[in-house]
Amino acid sequence: MIDDFLWRALAAGLGVALVAGPLGCFIVWRRMAYFGDSLAHSALLGVALGLVLHFDLTLGVLVSSAVLALLLALLQRQRRLASDTLLGILAHSGLALSLVVLSFFETLRLDLMTYLFGDVLAVSGSDLLWIYGANVVALGILALVWRPLLAATIHEELARAEGVPVAAVRVVFVLLVAIVIATAMKVVGILLITALLIIPAAAARQFARSPEQMALFAIIAGALSVVFGLGGSLQWDTPAGPSVVVAAAALFALSLLAGALRRSAHHDP
Amino acid sequence: MTGNPGLVPAGAGVPAEDGDPLLEAEGITVEFGDRRVLERVDLAVRGGEIVTLIGPNGAGKSTLVRVVLGHLKPGAGVVRRRPGLTIGYLPQRFGFEATLPLTVRGFLDLPKPRPKARLLSALAEVGVAETLDRAVQALSGGELQRLLLARALLREPDLLVLDEPLQGVDFGGQIALFQLIAEVRRRRGCGVLMVSHDLHLVMAGTDRVVCLNRHVCCSGAPDSVSRHPEYLSLFGPKAAEGLAVYAHDHDHKHELSGDVTALPKGAEPGEGRPATPDDGGGR
Repeated sequence: MIDDFLWRALAAGLGVALVAGPLGCFIVWRRMAYFGDSLAHSALLGVALGLVLHFDLTLGVLVSSAVLALLLALLQRQRRLASDTLLGILAHSGLALSLVVLSFFETLRLDLMTYLFGDVLAVSGSDLLWIYGANVVALGILALVWRPLLAATIHEELARAEGVPVAAVRVVFVLLVAIVIATAMKVVGILLITALLIIPAAAARQFARSPEQMALFAIIAGALSVVFGLGGSLQWDTPAGPSVVVAAAALFALSLLAGALRRSAHHDP
Repeated sequence: MTGNPGLVPAGAGVPAEDGDPLLEAEGITVEFGDRRVLERVDLAVRGGEIVTLIGPNGAGKSTLVRVVLGHLKPGAGVVRRRPGLTIGYLPQRFGFEATLPLTVRGFLDLPKPRPKARLLSALAEVGVAETLDRAVQALSGGELQRLLLARALLREPDLLVLDEPLQGVDFGGQIALFQLIAEVRRRRGCGVLMVSHDLHLVMAGTDRVVCLNRHVCCSGAPDSVSRHPEYLSLFGPKAAEGLAVYAHDHDHKHELSGDVTALPKGAEPGEGRPATPDDGGGR
């Protein structure tokens, strides 16, 4: 007999893995891990805004991530500062600003750990609705832009010369990342969201022969991480979000091993 | 070692160039911040013509390509493309991300899928049909450049814009690849705008050379450019020596074929004003 909250936790984790898999692949291909991390860190700003202005926190994170992503795209047009410097500035000032803002509202009695490391066991029915609603939309959009996004990921100038609207595609992509961050925050927390994006994708690389296959394998790896992570968390009473990430890391290590074994079997039959 | 009789001579068997340029850029000026990268550059490419853009690093060659492609709006000047012009583009320093599992077929199927037969015929045209199901990361430098050329050809281009197409290819492969480009031009009658810093190999097989160093230093037929004082000061007398071997070879071929397209003569150096292909011609 498993309690309701566990089912909800499982459903939430799987819902996030469904979108984090394919989007994580793009993050890996585009070498945007730091971008994802920065966006996630500044998501706390959305939490603070939501608390202060009294609206849904997921919506708050969604809006703040989207605004930050677009702001970054704008800032990248100037060439004096490198992207990673800009990212660092945005991410950390966002994080710091939200902590300062939150300190003014001591009465809120905010449990920071909940946001930093997730609280998947406290996922509510309306959270689930959010997660699945937003992620179904995100998956649909991703399917629509898949080919142009992939072409732009391979080589932006070439895609552009072939008529792909690369700027629009890039904006769509960062907004999709913002959606994942907003929904994944509950599951693994702000500090570990990037892990859920890139580790399953990296594990999938060993076995994939096409981009679509890698996205599918990343979903499977993410789902397995959620199942094993939550199972482990239940078994050993460990924090759920970090346990999911540990499970993902273990899967990644296994994938490396399996990949190496397969290659050596391939070379000397 | 430098002389190669296999090089296709300029103008041999080329369809007659039509008067209207496929693409014409006039007075292109580009500034990045307070650094002027291009200064009043003129450039024109006609159908069936190979125009090679040469110049030292930082001369603005790739910037000019971006302007020509419409990716960069120049601070001043205009680019006129023939209406409905399709450009096939081969980018510089192309590399595939190692984490992206992709076959040649998957690559050619982007951004839109195409029938397998078309992919195969494009790959066959550049001599790498057998790579269709291989991972793109497993291709050699020469195969990669050919794949990129096949991709450009799939668009049925009127104009090929090739940014350093011989890059990452060993010397023997470079000659073969350059021959292939000349052959494609002859077969399809498309114009070719090529960027190169490899003077010896490319210049002799080119109809017109534009020597760029922020402004157009000189332009015209390869042998006239190679004797131009601004060219010599940019690349040194050695560059011209290397070329002389080709120029000789190239003249010889012309005599044999008897089929010589009139090439514009070398342009006047023109203080501040960029030379155009028509300078010194019949005007």
